[in-house]
Amino acid sequence: MKPNVSQYLQKFSIYLVLLVLFVVCSLLSPYFLNDTNLINVSRQLCVGLLIAYGEMLLIVSGFLDLSAGSVLALAGVLSVSSYKSTGSMAVALVVAVSVAVACNVVNAFFVGNCNVPAFIATLGMQQAARGIALYYTNGQNILQLGDFVNIGQGMVGGIPVPVILVIFVTIVVWYIVNHTRYGRGIYAIGGNRSAAEASGINAKASIYKSYIINGVLVGLAGMIFMARNNAGLPNGATGYEMTGLTAAIVGGTSFVGGIGTVSGTVAGAFIIGLLENVMNLMGINSYIQQIVKGAIIVLAVSFDVMSKGKKTKKVIIVKENKGEAQMPAGKNP
Amino acid sequence: MSDIKMRVSDIEKSFPGVKALSNINFSLRKGTVHALCGENGAGKSTLMKIIMGIYKADKGQIFIDEKPVTIKSPIQAMELGISMIAQELNYVSELSVEENLFLGRLPVTRLGRVDWKKVRREARRFLKEEGLSYAPDQKLKTLTVSDIQMLEITKAITNNAQIIIMDEPTSSITEREVGLLFEKIAELKKKGVSIIYISHKMEEVFQIADDITILMDGSVVSTDRAEDLDMDTVISRMVGRKIENVYPKEAVALGDMALEVKDLNKEGIFEHISFHVRKGEIVGFAGLVGAGRTETMRAVFGLDPFDSGAVCINGKETRIVSPEDSIKKKLVMLSENRREEGIIPPRSVVENASLASLRNFIFGGCAHKKKERTVAKEMFGKMNVKTPSLDTEISKLSGGNQQKVLLTRWMLCDPDVMILDEPTRGIDVGAKFEIYKLMTEMVQENRAVIMVSSELPELLGMCDRIYVMCQGRITGCVEREDFSQEIIMRYATGLED
Repeated sequence: MKPNVSQYLQKFSIYLVLLVLFVVCSLLSPYFLNDTNLINVSRQLCVGLLIAYGEMLLIVSGFLDLSAGSVLALAGVLSVSSYKSTGSMAVALVVAVSVAVACNVVNAFFVGNCNVPAFIATLGMQQAARGIALYYTNGQNILQLGDFVNIGQGMVGGIPVPVILVIFVTIVVWYIVNHTRYGRGIYAIGGNRSAAEASGINAKASIYKSYIINGVLVGLAGMIFMARNNAGLPNGATGYEMTGLTAAIVGGTSFVGGIGTVSGTVAGAFIIGLLENVMNLMGINSYIQQIVKGAIIVLAVSFDVMSKGKKTKKVIIVKENKGEAQMPAGKNP
Repeated sequence: MSDIKMRVSDIEKSFPGVKALSNINFSLRKGTVHALCGENGAGKSTLMKIIMGIYKADKGQIFIDEKPVTIKSPIQAMELGISMIAQELNYVSELSVEENLFLGRLPVTRLGRVDWKKVRREARRFLKEEGLSYAPDQKLKTLTVSDIQMLEITKAITNNAQIIIMDEPTSSITEREVGLLFEKIAELKKKGVSIIYISHKMEEVFQIADDITILMDGSVVSTDRAEDLDMDTVISRMVGRKIENVYPKEAVALGDMALEVKDLNKEGIFEHISFHVRKGEIVGFAGLVGAGRTETMRAVFGLDPFDSGAVCINGKETRIVSPEDSIKKKLVMLSENRREEGIIPPRSVVENASLASLRNFIFGGCAHKKKERTVAKEMFGKMNVKTPSLDTEISKLSGGNQQKVLLTRWMLCDPDVMILDEPTRGIDVGAKFEIYKLMTEMVQENRAVIMVSSELPELLGMCDRIYVMCQGRITGCVEREDFSQEIIMRYATGLED
């Protein structure tokens, strides 16, 4: 049985959607294809993409992170204030990444060691990290960041610094997911944790690794976010975890676990980003934009689930048939 | 009036690729116990699911009191007076006895409010009538399996069931509880209720059945009065072939000690477990449900901790705390539950195959997918895995092929010791034979194989030696020349120690 056209279409449907959307956008608005606009779009996507990668890794292994936005803010303001007192970008980077990683180690501890559902554990972290950020800054924004802004606003050879950074991160994440034992392991854990563990995969270690990688990504996102705003905003990036989750899900990451790709996530983020951009260019009311985004998420996932549903129906029959054969043997109550 | 309560006529049912039932004819007499016997996959459960309206038959007709009926759902079956006590009981453990009793049909007052007073009153009455001692507001999770079974039967009676199907009702209850169950069945018979009784345990079948129907490979072999049959006849009809031909056993010279387990203990689960396996040897583990065979193997493999004891692999004492350790030490285990602990359903066959040996495909931190695919493909050839492509999701393969992919997973680790827990459960006869052949090849390659199985014939057919466990202890070790079903059953039931 060779994969037929419709299977190819399904496999690459997300990229097709992106392509069609791109063409439609360029037809809808004359400004869309401007260099400045495209650069703007990619710059705007950076923070969301970093978070989306983390969410993708976690959803694939059957977890998620609701604390990304808050941890981003906490890591960002601490990074900004350490930069202001030392003037060292290196220190700022270390602070941002280690704070975000620390928060995520706490997440991993509750999820991995205490078996708290990831939803709950990271929901707690969402509140706590935001609280710490506000407490630390006394609710005040930190202004005048000086050269710190370069990491968000600078350009190298006509390409924004954050875009270069995110391209680099994308390659690293892609490599980790596709070419390491850890990467292969998370698909197994998300697909069937007991089976993965029975095959010698250390699920707990993988949970820690996933949250730590997520922490690194969120820390970087925190720096870029603050630099772009030229301020340390303890109240910033609220709800960004949802932006990340949306990109991952629209990009074909399955909430059931075990399925998701880096390239799909990039496509998902671009689909959302392009939509937003073209609606802005066309001057569409921002409230309406929100309605459209909501609809897109549900439609994208319904499409995904329904197209898989056709397949799974067959699988269920096979399974039931197997179950039939198994039941009489059944030695386990 | 005829005394036939229910009759199924010319039932046929196919699943993609498998003919599950063909031309089934079967009559259930009023107020009798009708036993259904057959091997795994003979079609007993499929037939019951058709009667319960869970599956739709492709062809055929069901008659109740000689009136043709169509049963489209379990609810409809219930309305027609058919209830099923499933092997895996259906109940909500967090709800109370009375809520479970009236699950899905709670009485309501005229205002649409649940009539709890009536529920309590009725529940009390039923429990009392059936002589059950628990309180109506007790949560189900506080009851034993046997209690819940009785409750299920009570529930069936409250539904006015005229036909009760019992699927392996004694598979997880104690002997004393079996006695209670049989008393209940006798009582039901007196009330004119007909019972379809599915069991693998011949003694039980002959103890309570009035009629016995034997199924094999989806067809009815025979229906007779129980008194006209004996156990041997039933077994030979169930199997329908000479057992000797099914097992491709070959004599292999024994090599060094591959695995030695010394005095393994885990409180309340198993104690004083000592056994050994040599290279080139297939060693079986027999025992009844709950004897602790799987638990022992899981501990040896590092999936579960144990309290004390030693595990020696290739003559060296090894500390094993995780499957990862064992795999490194060349000890692997095929789990008994293919779906729960075997396959990764959404991933491809090649990913499923390489999962345990990923280390071999990673050089300098980079996974070599080409090598992974070549190696997996080669092993699939050897294992005779039939898959449309390497990238097919494993969940799309048949049970037998899934099992062979999982065997590939473990063979890619190049193990010295292979523990196979119920390797042939739920797969068809052809695939079973292939797995036996693979086991023979494994020992010819100087590996050691441990086979845990609940099917005695395959243990007798394939093993060089069989350890028998009973209640967490090894009660006997039988050499091939002394093999007999009887001696193993004596050890397994603790009759001999």
